[in-house]
Amino acid sequence: MGFRRKDLLGTRDLSAVEIRTLLESAESFKEIAERPLKKVPALRGKTVVNLFFEPSTRTRTSFEIAAKRLSADAVNMSASTSSVVKGESLVDTVDNLQAMAPDIIVVRHKFVGAAHLIAGRIGASVVNAGDGANEHPTQALLDLLTISEHKKLEPGLIVAIIGDIAHSRVARSNIWALTTLGVTVRVCAPPTMLPRGLEEIAGVKVCSRPEEALEGADVAMMLRIQLERQDRLLFPSVRDYARIFGLNRQRLEIAHPDAIVMHPGPMNRGVEITSEVADGKRAVILNQVSNGVALRMAVLFLLGGQGS
Amino acid sequence: MPKINKNIICDSKEMDRILARIAAEIVARNKGCRKLALVGILTRGVCLARRLQGIIREISAQELSLGILDITLYRDDLANATHHPVLRKTEIPFSLDGATVVLVDDVLYTGRTVRAAMDGLIDFGRPQSIQLAVLVDRGCRELPISADYIGVEVPASPQDRVMVRFKESDGFDLVTVTPRSAFQGE
Repeated sequence: MGFRRKDLLGTRDLSAVEIRTLLESAESFKEIAERPLKKVPALRGKTVVNLFFEPSTRTRTSFEIAAKRLSADAVNMSASTSSVVKGESLVDTVDNLQAMAPDIIVVRHKFVGAAHLIAGRIGASVVNAGDGANEHPTQALLDLLTISEHKKLEPGLIVAIIGDIAHSRVARSNIWALTTLGVTVRVCAPPTMLPRGLEEIAGVKVCSRPEEALEGADVAMMLRIQLERQDRLLFPSVRDYARIFGLNRQRLEIAHPDAIVMHPGPMNRGVEITSEVADGKRAVILNQVSNGVALRMAVLFLLGGQGS
Repeated sequence: MPKINKNIICDSKEMDRILARIAAEIVARNKGCRKLALVGILTRGVCLARRLQGIIREISAQELSLGILDITLYRDDLANATHHPVLRKTEIPFSLDGATVVLVDDVLYTGRTVRAAMDGLIDFGRPQSIQLAVLVDRGCRELPISADYIGVEVPASPQDRVMVRFKESDGFDLVTVTPRSAFQGE
């Protein structure tokens, strides 16, 4: 039944039942954000460590708020202030943490598989908050939660994901979760930003032009172009990218009349999305952020007490 | 299949009579109270609260506010539960500040659910007072809690099984007690 894992490392191996359990629980947690007293005692006495080896404001804050609203003690550790800068290995850092008996560790690391490595060494539950370009399961789940407020997550629904798919863990986690629920995913990016083998995943369609991906789509999910990667010449210029792949009002009209617009943030306004669309009526970008707290509360709650 | 010896405590007709009495008691005790509300504890406490709301509307033309409370996050056994029970939505769409709240549940047993429910309620505001209405009081309290309105008292041991069924959730109204001795033959 439901969700009985020690860790949440990715969406790739989650079943449809597990995904729906997480989304339903998150639905119940939304209400807590509207209370005058935004705290419940469910994880009282549990310790949640946020272990971030990569910069992050949104995700770390979201996990911290989620943990605190559940009455857990949240501790933040970031690479810049930790012993990592003194040369400690990941394994040593984790063994030291383990010795302090945390209950849940939320980890972000630039290397694929970092969360899996930690989960295998430690009795605490581990949540992957991003490992390289591999997975970012809570972001995908909060995206699904946001979609479910407007659309039914079932076969027939079309989600267009446009942007740097190759370097995006958000795209990967969304592709796994959405296709597990039978949703059609259309991906579109410059060829330099498309990983090979995508079209072999059942339910995924690779489109060369954004117009093709957006036609009749129910959801337009725009990904951030990592301008810091510009030196790798993945596309000719930012202006060209915006002109060909950016989401503007005209392009959005190709999508379903009720289509919603999503972005995992942080946005490059005027690059992958125009301000007009990002601030428009169909954008649900800030709902994604609110839902992030509820979804992470559900994840921490369902994992809490499962580890040892 | 061996026949299990169930004792019927009350049937549909008897339940209607009991609920009418509880509703009348709530109205009489809270005469002149300006902010009276019912809050049902999920799942069957909510069915019961809705029924009481309907009866009170008929007998006194008062429309009481109705809230729904899920106590999962306030349980004291979450830490050692082998798996988490399904979480459902709490809905209290009115202010509890200064209100007289009648907490409604189907069975009063250890008192732990009611303790959790009171903690939950107080997170939503500061009620003037909290009263407790239950359909069945089966005894065996583990906390110093008692009900203000009781449908039936059933002295049962912890091994006995008390079951409450409602039309809304189960298709019929029934309260049964299956004594421990009935299981020993199974």
